[in-house]
Amino acid sequence: MCNQSVGLIQRAVEEAGISTVSITLAESMTKKIRPPRALAVPYPFGHPLGEPNNPELQHAIIAEALALLTVGTSPPILRKTRHDHALEC
Amino acid sequence: MASVWKLDRLSRFFMKFYGDQRYQTSPNTPLRLPLSECSVALITTAGFFLDGQSPFEKGDCSYREIPNSIPTHALINGHKSAAYDERGIEIDPNLAFPLDRFRELETEGKIGSLNDRHFSFMGSITKPKLLIRQTAPEVAQMLKADGVDVAFLTPV
Repeated sequence: MCNQSVGLIQRAVEEAGISTVSITLAESMTKKIRPPRALAVPYPFGHPLGEPNNPELQHAIIAEALALLTVGTSPPILRKTRHDHALEC
Repeated sequence: MASVWKLDRLSRFFMKFYGDQRYQTSPNTPLRLPLSECSVALITTAGFFLDGQSPFEKGDCSYREIPNSIPTHALINGHKSAAYDERGIEIDPNLAFPLDRFRELETEGKIGSLNDRHFSFMGSITKPKLLIRQTAPEVAQMLKADGVDVAFLTPV
């Protein structure tokens, strides 16, 4: 579904010579697609950046994901977020 | 982590027969510039589209161009799905297409600039081969021609 599609699009964009990073809500699917860099989050489908109208949390997740661009190890890089507290969505 | 087993029966049936893709390696384009000098584009599979654009159809692997200048409240949710609660992205499209958050990063100088356009796909693509062969590479080439350095992708 969405998470597989994101990985497939990400692969194409990276192959074109653009550095990419994505969020995934389905780590098991992302492991099959092997996009270059992905941050796994524990939120329900429909909530890749945590909560609506919570810019602080959204920024924290984005910053963690962008940091994967400079970790210095070779892709595939798949990390779990540190912002893993349960949310009432 | 959202579990696929929490989905309803119809969604699980769909996923069982969904074109399952597997890869052994990853492409790799290392970052060439500091992020504070990079041009960034957003890509979402939330199925957002704008007034005047055609809505997505079921299993559609096409894309919509989203100008960087739009207000986020102009984004229309075109990804109706029983698999998730859509209220969040309808209240705040940044939840799956963080345009306002990246505008803030641009203002703060944490990224160089936002590209003039971004792209929206619909996630539930039943025939991923057309996505792999045609529409995803098309978007990739357009972003490359725009001089984009980094793409940030979000599912829904």
